[in-house]
Amino acid sequence: MKVLMFGWEFPPKIYGGLAVASYGITKGMIEGQPDAEITFCLPKPCGEEEKFLRIIGMNQVPIVYRDHDYDYVKSRIPDYMTPEDYYNFRNHIYADFSYMNVNDMGCMEFAGGYPGNLHDEINNFSIIAGVVARSEQFDIIHAHDWLTYPAGVHAKLVSGKPLCIHVHATDFDRSRGKVNPTVYSIEKNGMDHADCIMCVSELTRQTVIREYHQDPRKCFAIHNAVYPLPQEYLDIPRVDHGKEKVVTFLGRITMQKGPEYFIEAADLVCKRSKNIRFCFAGSGDKYWEMVDLAAAKGIADRVHFPGFQRGKQVYECYKASDVFVMPSVSEPFGIAPLEAMQCGTPSIISKQSGCGEILDKVIKVDYWDINAMADAIYSLCTNEGLHTYLRDEGLKEVAEITWVKVGHRIRKLYDECIYNGGFIH
Amino acid sequence: MKKICLYFEIHQIIHLKRYRFFDIGRDHYYYDDYENERSINDIAERSYVPSLQTLIQMCKDNPEFKVAFSLSGVGLEQLELHAPQVIDLLKEINATGQVEFLCEPYSHGLASLANEESFSAEVKRMSDRIKELFGKRPKVFRNSSLIYNDDIGAQVAAMGFKGILTEGAKQVLGWKSPHYIYHCASDPRLKLLLRDIKLSEDITERFSRQDWSEYPLFADKWLDWIAATPEGEDVINIFGELVTFGIFHPLSSNILEFLKAIPFLAKERGIGFALPSELCEEKSVGAIEVPYNISWVDEERDTSCWLGNVMQREAFNKLYSVADRVRVCGDRRIQMDWDSLQASNNFRFMTTKPGYQYRGIYDSPYDAFTNYMNILGDFISRVNNLYGGADNEEIDGLITMIKNQQDEITAKDKEIERLRKKLEKYNPTELEEKPVKKAAAKKSAKKVADVKLEETPKPKKTRAKKAVPKAE
Repeated sequence: MKVLMFGWEFPPKIYGGLAVASYGITKGMIEGQPDAEITFCLPKPCGEEEKFLRIIGMNQVPIVYRDHDYDYVKSRIPDYMTPEDYYNFRNHIYADFSYMNVNDMGCMEFAGGYPGNLHDEINNFSIIAGVVARSEQFDIIHAHDWLTYPAGVHAKLVSGKPLCIHVHATDFDRSRGKVNPTVYSIEKNGMDHADCIMCVSELTRQTVIREYHQDPRKCFAIHNAVYPLPQEYLDIPRVDHGKEKVVTFLGRITMQKGPEYFIEAADLVCKRSKNIRFCFAGSGDKYWEMVDLAAAKGIADRVHFPGFQRGKQVYECYKASDVFVMPSVSEPFGIAPLEAMQCGTPSIISKQSGCGEILDKVIKVDYWDINAMADAIYSLCTNEGLHTYLRDEGLKEVAEITWVKVGHRIRKLYDECIYNGGFIH
Repeated sequence: MKKICLYFEIHQIIHLKRYRFFDIGRDHYYYDDYENERSINDIAERSYVPSLQTLIQMCKDNPEFKVAFSLSGVGLEQLELHAPQVIDLLKEINATGQVEFLCEPYSHGLASLANEESFSAEVKRMSDRIKELFGKRPKVFRNSSLIYNDDIGAQVAAMGFKGILTEGAKQVLGWKSPHYIYHCASDPRLKLLLRDIKLSEDITERFSRQDWSEYPLFADKWLDWIAATPEGEDVINIFGELVTFGIFHPLSSNILEFLKAIPFLAKERGIGFALPSELCEEKSVGAIEVPYNISWVDEERDTSCWLGNVMQREAFNKLYSVADRVRVCGDRRIQMDWDSLQASNNFRFMTTKPGYQYRGIYDSPYDAFTNYMNILGDFISRVNNLYGGADNEEIDGLITMIKNQQDEITAKDKEIERLRKKLEKYNPTELEEKPVKKAAAKKSAKKVADVKLEETPKPKKTRAKKAVPKAE
């Protein structure tokens, strides 16, 4: 079975949770199902992606006919692609795009990531997807997150193959209800065309059904998972702070993640306890606001802002913490608590987080209930029993949540789409 | 003749309120008054009152019908406060003379697994309460949730009880039948009455379950099962909670009609009734060894629903770490709080076993644990404040000393008694004056020892006094 996937991020270049999830889903499918072949289309691969799937760099796919000889093409394209691929794509250019801004290979450049002209890039991505869909052989299309929905829809219209879209987040989560109409229309259009909508949690599924008016029969909750930690990260020693305890927030410091509730809870804890410190890792648009808030509460000496953590630092941060807190206001899934649990750090998450649906060995509180949050933080820091229980049982629980299982669930939905004509008859 | 021994537990906990850690040291009142009043009234109205009225009527209509109850001290306090009509009904049923009240630990707690002295003090307190309320000192004991092992058996026997109720758990019975009288392996004086799990739970668990193959259960069918037990298996112990009627199974399931039909239909089949104390008079067929704890809870029939995970064990250990201090302090409020904190339900809210739904005001085991530990934190600091910050070793030393001296006094009392008897033998002429004096002296000494430890040992009085907190 061949899958044509569209994604915006892929490791090792990580902008947010989407890259990790895309990697997990594809890797889990390849490991669990020997007959699965995945072609993954990225706007701008960096060339260091793992080779278990076939990567297509959309910035290497020609949309304007350029006549180059074999050797020149070979010298210009990266090594994960052959000149034959290039010629194959070139033979399937379906319209005259010479008015567009293309380079000497007839390809479009992508900035990658989330630049200012994101909407242009999304549009270009979809144009190129038309070429790819015409030149590739595949059984099903799978588009990750709203940026690639137009590409998925385009590929479906061209090829007639079923389209699965994967909802990693909706604009309702990102904007606390104040949706951007352009984004909403892109999302809605993608969902309307999809034969199957995979949501990362039941919470997201409900949003899709309620806010995007989708047929519940084609919406499914496919929860994310985590990969076992590599040895390098497992070897990071846990830090013992002696009498002091460290409580950590790690994530983008933005409205969606509820950082102000963390500060409020920290304030309550600091009033009663002298040996608990708070680590506020990450960056984001509310960074300075939070620094100010901590100062205004008079707890700036106990709240520390180490800034953005990348790669191994993230795990060092988890391992140096006694408690991890994710007070998200609206979190479609939220993979961070699972990672913290892998490092043996008990987590407190908001009830508004999708990952809470599959996690039992975490403390769940309402994000607005700062009293409950403070109480849970204090309890984890003072009661050995609770900490030990959540640490040990949490490790066991998170070890059971694997991408291979997720892959199997996705495969079932694929089969339904391919062989039985979808879910709505 | 086959005999049914019916026994019902009456126990409700005192619900703890939402207690945040900011309250530690500031707020020493731990109870959710509203929830307590609401729940006890609800239970009294829906269950206790109608079922007791039914049982009273049954006693009046059938002179051979007999039933036993036990009350927990904390449950009793709740009833006295919010639903005294239940106690009146209990007195009314007691007046029929076909009823027996058993003794259980006052707090419905797990002291039997933690601290011998606290356990026996609690049992004694409950026994006194029962005597005071119903006029008779209980002779048979049932531990909280029928928790039992050989050590508990020995201890209960030493307290003077004739029998104990416990679970007919498969893991201890093996091929044996619960339909006989057994005795405790470590003290043959103590008889064991074992619950018939299947027949009891047909009523307590399955009665109104429509997915049960035997649904609907009628009294004649149920009694036929009893009548069909093999010849010689004469004791059928049916133990349950009184809330079976009305709460576990709504009254609309006609469970009271089922109950009412039992005496008459039992008579038809030649089945009688017996009280636990009557059964304890009978001869035992053998000893049952119970090296590990058993109880009537869950499929495992052990203590895992209270002490199954590390959180529960931490809370348990922390609670009983101050057991000695609480026992010897004279502070009434502390001792009341101690009772309600001990209730086993508090630990059950923290269970992480799958399938357990009812958690009171808590939405997760972690929530229950956090709340309980906050309260416990405050409670323990109050207890320790009574001792003026003396360190543990010093206090433990003093407590041991007090205990030793108490033992010594008891031993000396016995010795005096013995010598006095001897004296009587040798010079019966001098009898008139001396023994009277001595007996009086002994009596007062004992009384002092029981009531207030600070006045006990004469020689080391000054040191002991330091250890004992001043009562409020």
